[in-house]
Amino acid sequence: MHSLGIAFDLLFGSPIILYSIIGLTWGIVGGSLPGISASITMALLLPFTYGMAPVQAIVMLACTYIGAEYGGSIPAILIRTPGTNSAAATVIDGYEMKRQGRAGEALGISLWSGVIGSLFGLLMLVVMTEPLSWVALAFKPTSYFALGILGLSVIASMTNGSLLKGLAAAVVGLMIATVGTDPISGVTRFTFGSPELLGGVEPVLIMIGVFAVSELMMQSGSKGLGGIGEQVRVRLPSLSMMNRLKRSQFIGCLLGTFEGLTPGGGGSIAAFLSYNEARRWSKEPEKFGKGSEEGVAAPETANNTVASAALIPLLSFGIPSSNSTAVLLGGLLIHGLLPGPRLFEQNADVVVGLYLGSFIATLAQILVGILLLPFCVWLVNRPRAYLAGFILALILSGIFTLNTSLFDLGIALGMGLVGYLMRRAGYPFLPLILGVVLGHMVESSYRRSLLLSGGDHTIFLEDPIAVGLLIASTIFVTLSLVREFRDARNAKLKDVHA
Amino acid sequence: MTIRKTFAAALAAAFLGAATQVSAQAYPTKPINVIVPYAAGGNTDVIARIVLDHMAQTLRQQLVIENIGGAGGTTGSYRAAKAAPDGYTIMVGQMGTHGAAPALYPNLPYDPLTDFEHVSQLSDTPIAVFGKRALPVNTLQELIALIKADPNKLNNGHGGVGSTSHVACLLFTSMIGARSPQVAYRGSGPALNDLVAGVYDFMCDQIPHTVPQVIAGNIKAFAIATPERSPAIPAVPTTTEAGMPTFIASGWNAMFAPKGTPKEVVNKLAAAVDAALRDPATRKKLEDIGAVIPAKTGPDALRNLVASEIEKWTPVIKAAGVVAN
Repeated sequence: MHSLGIAFDLLFGSPIILYSIIGLTWGIVGGSLPGISASITMALLLPFTYGMAPVQAIVMLACTYIGAEYGGSIPAILIRTPGTNSAAATVIDGYEMKRQGRAGEALGISLWSGVIGSLFGLLMLVVMTEPLSWVALAFKPTSYFALGILGLSVIASMTNGSLLKGLAAAVVGLMIATVGTDPISGVTRFTFGSPELLGGVEPVLIMIGVFAVSELMMQSGSKGLGGIGEQVRVRLPSLSMMNRLKRSQFIGCLLGTFEGLTPGGGGSIAAFLSYNEARRWSKEPEKFGKGSEEGVAAPETANNTVASAALIPLLSFGIPSSNSTAVLLGGLLIHGLLPGPRLFEQNADVVVGLYLGSFIATLAQILVGILLLPFCVWLVNRPRAYLAGFILALILSGIFTLNTSLFDLGIALGMGLVGYLMRRAGYPFLPLILGVVLGHMVESSYRRSLLLSGGDHTIFLEDPIAVGLLIASTIFVTLSLVREFRDARNAKLKDVHA
Repeated sequence: MTIRKTFAAALAAAFLGAATQVSAQAYPTKPINVIVPYAAGGNTDVIARIVLDHMAQTLRQQLVIENIGGAGGTTGSYRAAKAAPDGYTIMVGQMGTHGAAPALYPNLPYDPLTDFEHVSQLSDTPIAVFGKRALPVNTLQELIALIKADPNKLNNGHGGVGSTSHVACLLFTSMIGARSPQVAYRGSGPALNDLVAGVYDFMCDQIPHTVPQVIAGNIKAFAIATPERSPAIPAVPTTTEAGMPTFIASGWNAMFAPKGTPKEVVNKLAAAVDAALRDPATRKKLEDIGAVIPAKTGPDALRNLVASEIEKWTPVIKAAGVVAN
């Protein structure tokens, strides 16, 4: 009752609606710029919150996070460039839909799924914070290792028919993840004396290189470059489509909540796992990779759920589960707020404000999305040659702002060439992306576990979460391989009969 | 001819000097770029933002933070050392980048003493010894006895090679004459998370981001390595009270400018830092997160601090055989 009173006061006695919408809009704009991650978008806003009341500042930052997670899908769908790491899985079917002239539909599905994901995450945050907060503490290095393996198991079903090529791509990705200073021993690996490589290679550079730069290279070789792109209009899903997306959105909600609670992932694992599970449970699994609506809905629901669910360990323990929640933690500390159980007692207005602001931002997402998207679509509808030049300038400047480093530009362009050659030779590059994103987590958790056990591998069997996740990984890989072999055999039989 | 040339040169020098004087007096005329060599939201970033917020009012100019992380903060520090010495690119470093780095990185591309103009210390961040909640000891002496009883039994977690939490525990274990298995994390945030979860046994870290966990009773704080107790966690005894008076260690944050930055500019920045640290609201924000206002500020005090810190940490790190590249 007390909380309701605070909410009422905030809603009608403070400009909280305005701050939510400003944060959300800024988040969508920042998230949609390639290379500008959700955390950078939030960090850029941080100085403007100094003079605000704590509740307004925190609401604005949290709404920026929600907006950025949605914004990341816009370039993923329109220009094959994930705006944020967690939008990488959206590229697969989102861009395919765009190629089929269904970009407006894909944008609408992404918007709707983002709203569903945010609302579900928010519900978990409001209702389940106390019981769920301990999940973050139940995860040990052994569990993180197994979670990384579960993420990597998705590779088995993303090989486009050639397991060997898929595995080769994954190994390259895992190798890239080892570049830089090893956090366990401090030894530098594969840096070739370059100080720029001491911190490793950022996954976003690889993603932009293999997705976007390689696509521009492919387009520059095609004949239609001089023409005008297709005309696109934003289309929210119809009622029957909403009904069809339910299953994949439910999967996204569950996996998104799970990842939001466990520090370290930041949305990418949930997005890829949801994509994979949505395909497994879909009535039309054959459409995945060829412009499936569910293929857009699942990862977009998941990464938006993460944005709200990640607030559970942050508010309960002060544990940031991603770079974005680390910036939010910084925002809390700068305003003299210490996260933890006492925050709920001493600063109830901030907690209630955060719930309320996030709820407002989630609903406003539909309106702001519909208002902003026509501009993005107008940009994409320019003549293709100009558009390609604009996209290249946009992604290169985005990469440069990341660390103001020319070296980063070199990596992205080099990876663009690698992506181009891979596409030419029929190598899938999603396994490469997964290898880069998860390689570090798998390796460091594995070694950390062994440090804790003094080199004894049975430590993995002592952790029930790790055992469960490893069994799940084995089942997923086996099912994917069985399906792949069955499809290959059916194709062969078809050929023989033909 | 020679006299004319000399006269012209002198005139030009006088003009240049006057111009520098004028520009230093007018400084700053545009926003100042402040490199923080760690990610946004971390300890150094939060402290920098609190102090810079007040400095912007004094200098009547924006101070824009640029987070350049990587390689234990050395990437951003190197970038700052090589920036134009015009006062428009400065940095906020800390014990790791300007105290421990020379011993950790044999190929460190900058010298914390000679490649920077030392502006002022911003804060002291006391270091304390923490343990997981389930640890069957409650005092520092009991912890030391437990570590010594079986050197391989208690694991020590830290936020990565060369981090404050790493070198602080190297100092602690070397002083008690023991060694314990080290478990490295990528940042002290994840390390603290696993201490709360009870994955490993003890850590030595700066108190700012650990205060909420200590207050909530999620971890044990055995002793704080400063001469006086911290108002943020007043129940925690000092190492002197806990019977280990020689273990005094603090993390710290300080502002640096590239070598060659005009003295007037450095002094202006140092005065702005002083004004911020005198401001009650800024002090309260820093103290609330467990930071301590430094006793001595200004360029000379900071230069002495950096020199003494390098002298303090180098033998500890070398004795432990830790090298970061």
